[in-house]
Amino acid sequence: MSNDVPTELKYTKSHEWVRVEDDGIVTVGITDHAQELLGDLVFVELPEVGAEFGAGTECAVVESVKAASDVYCPVAGEVLEANEVLADAPETINQDAYEAGWIFRLRISAPAELESLMDADSYAEHVESEDH
Amino acid sequence: MLIHELSQPGRRAFAQAPKTKPPLTDIPASLLRAQPPALPEVSELEVVRHYTRLSQKNFSIDTQFYPLGSCTMKYNPRACNSLAMLPGLQARHPFAPDSHSQGFLGCMYELQEMLKDVTGMRSVSLVPAAGAQGEFTGVAMIRAYHESRGDTARNEIVVPDAAHGTNPATAVMCGYKVREIPTRADGDVDIEALRGVLGPHTAGIMLTNPSTVGVFERRITEIAQLVHEAGGLLYYDGANLNAILGKVRPGDMGFDVIHMNLHKTFSTPHGGGGPGAGPVGVSERLVPFLPIPMVGFDGHDYHWLTEKECPQTIGKLSAFAGNAGVLIRAYIYARLLGREGMVRVSEYATLNANYLAKRLSDAGFELAYPGRRATHEFIVTLKHQAKDFGISAMDFAKRLLDYGYHAPTTYFPLLVPECFLIEPTETEALDALDGFVDAMIKIQAEAQTNPEVIKTAPQTLPVRRLDDVRAARELDLRWRWSA
Repeated sequence: MSNDVPTELKYTKSHEWVRVEDDGIVTVGITDHAQELLGDLVFVELPEVGAEFGAGTECAVVESVKAASDVYCPVAGEVLEANEVLADAPETINQDAYEAGWIFRLRISAPAELESLMDADSYAEHVESEDH
Repeated sequence: MLIHELSQPGRRAFAQAPKTKPPLTDIPASLLRAQPPALPEVSELEVVRHYTRLSQKNFSIDTQFYPLGSCTMKYNPRACNSLAMLPGLQARHPFAPDSHSQGFLGCMYELQEMLKDVTGMRSVSLVPAAGAQGEFTGVAMIRAYHESRGDTARNEIVVPDAAHGTNPATAVMCGYKVREIPTRADGDVDIEALRGVLGPHTAGIMLTNPSTVGVFERRITEIAQLVHEAGGLLYYDGANLNAILGKVRPGDMGFDVIHMNLHKTFSTPHGGGGPGAGPVGVSERLVPFLPIPMVGFDGHDYHWLTEKECPQTIGKLSAFAGNAGVLIRAYIYARLLGREGMVRVSEYATLNANYLAKRLSDAGFELAYPGRRATHEFIVTLKHQAKDFGISAMDFAKRLLDYGYHAPTTYFPLLVPECFLIEPTETEALDALDGFVDAMIKIQAEAQTNPEVIKTAPQTLPVRRLDDVRAARELDLRWRWSA
């Protein structure tokens, strides 16, 4: 597995990453480790713009030749934008999970929830512990 | 090569052609073809050779050990097929009156009785035409039961994370919310988590026992008691019935409804999408809701039971009564085995799986649930091979084909990384099992000495590694004649 977990991002146990931007907006994707576990992606079901999700609820689906997997909303909020590129090119996540492969942007409703997310070190440890 | 590519203008199989052209007087000219359809033009012998060659390329249970097991296809005795083709059964019209269908109805009635007996349920309806429809029927009956009691607050179905994907899908299809509970490291359901989700909203729980991780749920009676105390019902997914046939009965475990995949366990070739049969069995409280038509017996004659006799039924699921051909095969299979033979199905299925598990474990393969007795199937995780040699479960699977073995189920259940779910079934002899273990050991050795040969496997089959990503994204199965 790849060892470079970007330090500027926050992470969930279910392998989503969160980039905190200005004005209570975050960008969400799945980690490089997650895409590696899933293998070549063939389909991404994006959340609808305007939809509201609670923390930990299913909001998108990533499907590979091996498995279909839910993507969980890391923190509560309203979807501002979904990465339409993924509809035609789901492999973008395989190629560039942390940048071009972002899945959706969210206006968060409870900023305090960000505190409960993991930093890069804890996430790397989490991945290591799941591996054994 | 496709048969279209063999086509030569003017080639015909004259002996097979219709002698005369029927007049098409009653079809409007606007609907008639102006040009004949573009069919391949080949001789009779070319057709015979083409399809014989194709069948020889087939990797099938008729030619190879197939440890996908009953998930895809166990061996189906030829007798079941040939007897199901008796003209009296094949030529029966579904609208034939009861008095002209006594033989068929008698078979169906006895099949209902035998399935009741082997599962310990109170009553059985044969009509669901597949496992998925059986599941839908089961949860629809749970819903009908709660509604008949005015108990309308129940809107949740509990499903363990090891469940077949069809279980949560069925619950959602029937209008329920899914509450997922985790599986413990030893493979059992996490009872504390179950307690946490049970309550006045619980309509029921859907369980497979033995579960998809290949172990028997040891605390099933406790689970049944907890769910019943909360006012919910228990649904048994019959996918793994092969493991317990004639040994343990879902009815005795406390289940209220079960679907049985007769096409898996009771002798019908499947794995290509059907046809199937997913009869449902129920406990006392769900009897009124069973789908119709069922077969009744008044001590003298057999007859269809309809809405008149079953006013609370959830109704009909198809125009007639399920897939009669599959049900007949199941009846013949059950009669051939008898009660004693049915026990041997699960005994040998379990013995074979445990033998394979022990031998593979001794050879250094890691079992996902060590310390647990396997049921009819077990899981090996190849995560160390993936880490140490870069050989994934898929690479292993492809290399097995070179050694003449079909791959087991790969990457399911999702809980176990790089997994093989191995189900040998009851009909394999010792030397077939030993041959499979030897092949696994050889591939393991190759992983260290020559990993490339595994990563590029299969080396010996008509096609090499298929592009499954492109197949999923750009599926195109249509032949087009070049202009």
